[in-house]
Order: sequence, then C-alpha cells, then structure tokens
Amino acid sequence: MKSKADVVVIGGGVNGCSLAYQLARRGLDVVVVEKRYLSSGATGACGAGIRQQWSTKENALLAIQSVKIFETLSQELGQDIELRQGGYLIAVHDRTELAQAEKNVEMQRSLGLKVDVIAPEEIPRIAPLLDVQGMRVVAATFCPTDGHANPFRTTFAYADAAKRLGATFVTHTEVMKFSVKHKEVSSVMTTAGEITAPVVVNAAGIASKQIAEMVGVRLPLTPFRKEIMATERLEPLFEAMVISFKDGIYFSQQREGQIVGGIPIPEERSGFRTMPTFAFLQHMSRTLVRYAPVLRHVNMLRHWTNFYDVTPDARPILGETPGVKGFIQCNGFSGHGFMISPMVTKLLIEYIVDGKSAEVLENLRLDRFTGDSMDKELSVVG
Amino acid sequence: MKRSIVCRCEDISEEDVVKAIRSGYTDLEELRKKLRIGMGPCQGRVCILLVARILECETGRKMGTMRMPTVRPPLVPVSLGTLASEDDEKQG
Repeated sequence: MKSKADVVVIGGGVNGCSLAYQLARRGLDVVVVEKRYLSSGATGACGAGIRQQWSTKENALLAIQSVKIFETLSQELGQDIELRQGGYLIAVHDRTELAQAEKNVEMQRSLGLKVDVIAPEEIPRIAPLLDVQGMRVVAATFCPTDGHANPFRTTFAYADAAKRLGATFVTHTEVMKFSVKHKEVSSVMTTAGEITAPVVVNAAGIASKQIAEMVGVRLPLTPFRKEIMATERLEPLFEAMVISFKDGIYFSQQREGQIVGGIPIPEERSGFRTMPTFAFLQHMSRTLVRYAPVLRHVNMLRHWTNFYDVTPDARPILGETPGVKGFIQCNGFSGHGFMISPMVTKLLIEYIVDGKSAEVLENLRLDRFTGDSMDKELSVVG
Repeated sequence: MKRSIVCRCEDISEEDVVKAIRSGYTDLEELRKKLRIGMGPCQGRVCILLVARILECETGRKMGTMRMPTVRPPLVPVSLGTLASEDDEKQG
C-alpha cells in the first residue's frame, strides 16, 4: 500500500468518493480508506432522495447548489447516476405545520427555489395513487426540481472517475489510529499499513465518532437505526417523492420500478442495533397503504437498516477541527448526506486546496456546538 | 452471441458479471449494488452462488472465504396489505 499521500479520506461513501474524485482532479495524491466496500454504510442504504425544501438556510443552500451539480453529474463522470427530478411532495397535516411550511417556502423562495404551497385537491395531479383523505392533509408543499438519484451508481461513478485520475482506494481496511504532531495531523495507521499525510478527512459516517476519539476530539454524533424497504418492480405510477414530517414516512418509485421508502418506528431509541424489526414492516405497510391504498396488493421484497449519524441540530459537521490542524470533518449528516454531497464536497475541496472557507462551511464547523444558541433543522424525515 | 444468464430477475449475464469484476467490483455486495443481482423477487437465491463462483474463478479467492450479502427480510415477498393487517387477523 501507498505510504504517503497529500490527503487521506476515511470512508468510501458518496462524500468520500466525491472528495477523492475532486482532489484527484485538482492534481492531489489521495488515498481513500474504507472499512468494508464502497457505499457499504449509510450511502448504500439510503432512500436516494434529493430535496431542497429545508427549514434552515444552510441546508437549503447546500441542497439547491447540489441539485445544480447533480443535473450535469452523469455527463461529467461518464456514468448514468439515474437522476430523476419528479419533485418532492411534502404533506402538511395541521395549522402548526402549515405555518412552518409557509415560513420555509418563503425562505426557500428567497434563495431562488421554485416551490409552492398547494391545496389538497392538487395532490392527485402530482401523484394519482395518493389518497388525500387517508393522508389526513390540509395542504402540501411541492418543489418540482427535487427528486432522486441512484446512490450506488453515484458513488461508483465518483470512484471510477477518481481511479482514472490516479486516486487510490483501499477497501476492507480499517483505521487503527492516527497520529498528531504539534497539533497537526501527521499519519494514519491502518490494518494494511501506515500512510503519512498532512490532511485527513473524517467521512466515515457514524464511525466518524470513534475515528475522532483516536485523537481526543469529541463529535456530538448519535447513531439512530433507520429502517427502509423496497417493493417489487411496478409499471411507472408516480414520479414525486412523497414525505411527511409528522408521520415520518417517505417513499418514491425508483427508475427500475420498485417503491423504496422508510419510516421511523415510534419506539425507536438511539444505539447500535442493526436488526430489522417486525414493528417497522407493520408500521410502514399501514402508513403506506393509508397514503396509497392501491399499493396493498404490492409485494415487499426486502427491508434493511443502517444508521443516521445525528447531530444536536440535525446539520452536518464540516471543515477544520479546532486544535487539530489538517483534520477535516465531513460527517453528522443526520440522514441527508447523499443529497447535499455535491456541494459539501465542493466547499471542502475549496477549503483543502485553495484555503477558501465559505460562509456555509464556517457556520457548520464543529465549534458551533460550544455556544448557547442553536439553529436546528426542523424538516427531518425517516 | 450466446448469453449465459446468471440473474434472471435483473437479466444479468455471466459476461456482465465478469466485466464488472474486471473493472474492480470484487466484493459480492459491490457486485450486487453495481448490477442489481439479488435485488429481484428471488432475493439472490438463484444468482448469488453463481456470482460467487464466477468471482472465485476471476480472483482466485475461495468462495468459502467470501462474505455473503446480508440476508434481508422478509425472506419471501409479502404483500403490503398482508403486513398491514396483522392485528386485525389476531382479533379474528
């Protein structure tokens, strides 16, 4: 294995592979260290959604700018990432939710996003299989440029392009420890040998917490098991992703025809359990059939779990670590790492390579948690 | 040209698998995510061992040492209506 690099990226998910691609494109020598295989963590288990409708400005901005990158990414990487912009329909169930939705839409529009509050009777026009009574809605919001893409294909497309540009990927290899000299990152010890590097990016999903602990940095990340399912393939039925913050459900029909969706079970607690539950099968089926009764005859094929790495404000931890120069955080995505990965990684590259620190990056640094005030993301699902 | 089908659910041939392995996808889960093998109604019963055998031929790694893809429930397809109605049945 290589013993020296400009940057070591820990984690071969969508963010790690995107970073590798962009670093290699800028001529840097990059090594990605992945514990299992590429996309084996949260990326490979995610719901594939790409949403710009957020309650905090940082997330909305990151998502809006990410969509612009996603739109040309297949062409740029030379592989189809299966982007489909069928919109996101967000169910609004009561007056309190409606007030928040109106506030969100106003903020999102100020950033140039096309998004509307729509009446219940307009919902079937967007997704004919939905039952407005069953959904118990008073309104919805809809943004037509939201959508979904294939997380595996996106990750592999980044990795393949990165390899062509000279990046090294070391899979089935774990980081054992890493060294800091004079408050600067100096090398990473893995199960396949040591790599000397002045910059280490911590993009290891929920494992980021243990990685940071190796150099005495505490990341406020909590693991939450999330369950998700896929049905058999169906003829095209609807294009939008349908979600509800109150019910926690999200579902969409992917390009191959399967419906993929998830919901948190009411009794879920934080922790490292990975076992899928029967409670999920039941809760998901009931809610999904309530939203779309026609799906009651559709078969569920499989159901799997992975973790959200949740931060106290449900926003990612990005950029430089106070006290450890060269230790760059790229974690804490709280369930929306895939959809904002293009812009997050672009900003991190600008920081690592050019030393430019964008305002969004400054606002999402680890040291934001030391203050009293918190700008919490409210639009969380799954 | 004759195609030997490995995965009937997703219409993946032996050549598709070999090509993916040769382009660097050498883990069964990676191949699964790359080619969608094991994601159809059979959930891998037909294809996974065949793919593991091809992987052994291509890489020399013994099948016995390969980590098999995670088994994901339900083991057979079940309709959403059936899953949603469990309690009603208990109540008779």
